[in-house]
Amino acid sequence: MREIKTTDVTQAVKNLCIEANYSIGSDIKERIKHFSETEGSETGKEILSVILENYDLAEKERMAVCQDTGAAVFFVRIGQDVHITGGNFYNAINEGVRLGYEEGCLRKSIIKDPVFKRLNTKDNTPAIIHTRIVSGKELEITMMPKGSGAENMSEVRMLRANDGLKEIKSFVIEKIKVAGGKPCPPIIVGVGVGGNFERCAILSKIALLRETGKPNGDPNWAQVEKDLLEEINRLGIGPQGLGGTTTAIGVHILVEPCHIACLPVAVNIQCHANRHKTVKL
Amino acid sequence: MFISGVIYAMRDEAHKRFSYMIIKKEKLPFNLRGQVIYYVGPAPTPEGKVIGSAGPTSSYRMDPYTPQLLDKGLKATIGKGQRDKSVIDSMVKNKAVYLVAVGGAAVLISKTIKSSKVIAFNELGHEAVRELEVENFPCIVANDIYGNDIFIQGVNEWKR
Repeated sequence: MREIKTTDVTQAVKNLCIEANYSIGSDIKERIKHFSETEGSETGKEILSVILENYDLAEKERMAVCQDTGAAVFFVRIGQDVHITGGNFYNAINEGVRLGYEEGCLRKSIIKDPVFKRLNTKDNTPAIIHTRIVSGKELEITMMPKGSGAENMSEVRMLRANDGLKEIKSFVIEKIKVAGGKPCPPIIVGVGVGGNFERCAILSKIALLRETGKPNGDPNWAQVEKDLLEEINRLGIGPQGLGGTTTAIGVHILVEPCHIACLPVAVNIQCHANRHKTVKL
Repeated sequence: MFISGVIYAMRDEAHKRFSYMIIKKEKLPFNLRGQVIYYVGPAPTPEGKVIGSAGPTSSYRMDPYTPQLLDKGLKATIGKGQRDKSVIDSMVKNKAVYLVAVGGAAVLISKTIKSSKVIAFNELGHEAVRELEVENFPCIVANDIYGNDIFIQGVNEWKR
């Protein structure tokens, strides 16, 4: 049994919150550069270059890439041989969020009750924490600041068991068409297929963590991702929705087994600023 | 195009309050006539800077209130993403425009803001109404006073 102190968790989470919000992964930058070479619209090209310039400036100035520093979403993989000591694990994560959002000048966007009074909790807690027990004695924490512009364009839909690929694709395309310029394209599209009602939503979010543009490990699904990306980029929505050939820079599908009677599908849309950082303790 | 001068920052909650105040015929925190509203909830201001990251938020959430504000003389709004028909019709009627700034270009945009002052609803934190002095604030005209919509035109031009 390996012991990990909650104070170390808090410190790690604090740093993750700040770094995730200040610096964008090189995969996103490379992908935007790649697509800007073929972007047909001059305005679109210019927007892509402004986006890249902003990433660099945020890193240099140590400022948040986007003012919407999101809800603090965590994916935690806890080795079953790890013993967390010194207090409650979830409290330790929330304390890290509190410290990180304060020190990093990150916007606190969480309200206590979504309907009544809508009072801000003022420290961006509570975080949304997904935990998974895995083998081993490591603790892996991934932090994802998820902004709401793109989150609002997402949906879970229970398709009919035999609807198959055709309906999955038409659901994804429908969501992106309706979203248009709202979720800050170019977007990354996370798709969860299978599981059940709540599991496919989580899958669609985990899918966003994959290196952008890296194809699915299953050749069948890799082909679906490629076809969908091409179809999305033929819609004409373009950077910021002002028209162009770069609407999405990646479609990531994550698949799990499901019940014979259902076909749950979730589409989680992510703006170009796909921020996430991982640490292993 | 580039904007220099004073613009006002406000978003969801402030719009709800303005709408209520207009219905109740109360005096608004600033006179809307001829003014520009920027939909933004900036990040906290780091030490030594004028304002934190300050990119546009999605405009459609302000759609239910915008025609009311345009009727009071508001001339331009700045945000991101397309507007609904009621806003576009109201812009034609009131000869107003909608401008878009690049979503996610929050640090670059913050550099064009030269001063920031909360003028109403301080208790709302980043949702308070701010008076911003900007210099060469970059934006693109998305809807003009004739009802043209760059979102529709752009997609039609690039649809394959």
